[in-house]
Amino acid sequence: MALIEVSGVHVRFGDRVVLESIDLTVPEGEFHGLMGPNGAGKTTFFNVLTGRVKPSRGSIRFDGEDVTGLSSHRIAAKGVARSFQIMTLFDEFSARENVMVGLPGFRARGFDMRHAAAGDRGFAEKASEILVTVGLADKGDTRAKDLSYGDRRALEIAVALGQGPRVLCLDEPTSGLGSDGVQRLATLVGRLKGKLTIVAIEHDMEFLFSLADRISVIHWGQVVARGAPHELQQNEWVKRSNLGRFA
Amino acid sequence: MIPAPQSDSARLITPTMLVLGLVLATVPLWIARVGLYPYLGIEILIWSLYALAFNLVLGTAGLPSFGHGAYFGIGAYAFGLCQFNVVANLWACLAAAFAVAGLAGALVALFISHRRGIYYAFMTIAFGQIFWTVAIKSHKVTGGEDGLLKIARLPADFGFASFDLAGNVAFYYFVLIVFGIAVIALWRLVHSPYGRVIAAIKQSETRAAHLGYNVWLYKASIFVLSAAVSGFAGGLFAMAQLAAFPDVMSLHQSGYVVMMTLVGGGLVSFWGPVIGVFLFLIARDVIGAMTNAWMLYFGLLFIAVVLFRPEGVAGAIMAAWQNRSLNSMRQQGGTALRLLFGGGRWR
Repeated sequence: MALIEVSGVHVRFGDRVVLESIDLTVPEGEFHGLMGPNGAGKTTFFNVLTGRVKPSRGSIRFDGEDVTGLSSHRIAAKGVARSFQIMTLFDEFSARENVMVGLPGFRARGFDMRHAAAGDRGFAEKASEILVTVGLADKGDTRAKDLSYGDRRALEIAVALGQGPRVLCLDEPTSGLGSDGVQRLATLVGRLKGKLTIVAIEHDMEFLFSLADRISVIHWGQVVARGAPHELQQNEWVKRSNLGRFA
Repeated sequence: MIPAPQSDSARLITPTMLVLGLVLATVPLWIARVGLYPYLGIEILIWSLYALAFNLVLGTAGLPSFGHGAYFGIGAYAFGLCQFNVVANLWACLAAAFAVAGLAGALVALFISHRRGIYYAFMTIAFGQIFWTVAIKSHKVTGGEDGLLKIARLPADFGFASFDLAGNVAFYYFVLIVFGIAVIALWRLVHSPYGRVIAAIKQSETRAAHLGYNVWLYKASIFVLSAAVSGFAGGLFAMAQLAAFPDVMSLHQSGYVVMMTLVGGGLVSFWGPVIGVFLFLIARDVIGAMTNAWMLYFGLLFIAVVLFRPEGVAGAIMAAWQNRSLNSMRQQGGTALRLLFGGGRWR
């Protein structure tokens, strides 16, 4: 059984159709890329997947369970984590605390008002371990807003990883990065491949074609092509937009 | 004087609390000699508790509540009405003040917790005005504009011993002890996992929701807690004044606690609201003795703080004492201020 099963999802904002009949099946452990031009509806699709936007029609199943229309915090609690294209961090918190707040153990104690959060070393240690995996080992005490742009991109992923998710949704993880930064993120995400189910929106085709098992091309709110990277190279749409040149 | 949050956040009682407690314990010994009066000490403590409770919403959660006087006032009325109609017991009446104000807060929280920023501000004002109008109009219950008079300072009965609180000095020490316990509880609250989640939600509701937190429930709960503690302070205030008046529920009184908190530096420091209350009430008495227009000067100070010194007095003190950069405190205060009014991004 596939981990994510999206079928017939429509999203309308007023009289504007943003997504139309989107189907997507992602087996556990797959790295699934989403590409397409700006305004195609990729981020909206992520918002549907993670509960920010309720679809007008269609259903989303996660691990066999219908999660259509559930709020984001419920979907997150089921093991769907996401990063944001427009960075969404707790800017006044240290990098470590950003990760800490996302730990499921911390969330379980979210209504604990009687103990000091800093009194539990376990949270800090776990968060530090995760910072090591994204290359922020020595930045734990730095406030998120004082980190460099590339480090903030890495922290975006660290926070999502801290949730111990089964599915990781990455919304343009390399957005705004230079080639060194993209390389760093590619290495980082490459290490996660296979360990987690990953759905990634990405404009950097080299990044996507080298990592993804399958790719869906979204245009005008519809999936216009889907397949393994080498198959997509033959696709008319991809050829015409000259997107497959790196594959 | 103001410790770094990192080092003290895990402590139950911090050095600052001890020093402050010791200083406050000596107040009745010298306050008359510096030209002030013991009652002012009581007022400062009660307003400090109120401002600390208010800052749970404003500073910790980043939610602009501009009708908080309602809960302070409801607590005062609840204390008086409990005393007259239910039981004339100090603990029961203080519990009533806490519970009734919390209930009123819960009612309002139902309607506002999906909002933030300016929408939140307006709705809190609207609800505050509703409660104020009700207090003025229901003559039979609240005594209308005359207020609820002849509220007694009930004795503190511990079973084995009972303390008379009728005198200002005895009452001062009672309020000081209660204040001390409340400060310890609030300090622990803002540094608990719950408090950190609230602080996280202030910075990004979107991220918090996608981390699995029920943002609405957290925002509603902190508002209820804040209203309840404000009401508790209101109960003490009814004892201090020997009456409960609708005036404390009015918009301008609700504005005072905002001014105190922002001027003191509640956006960057736990102690900001307390500093603000000290400044405000002492300015009221000292400048007020010279000119009726004392609010003009405090208002100018308020404008200057919001425009140029969003870190408030506490931010400046923290920068001086802890070798922290004033600029970074200022940025933090500025960001918090922008978050307060520029919100509404989520949903």
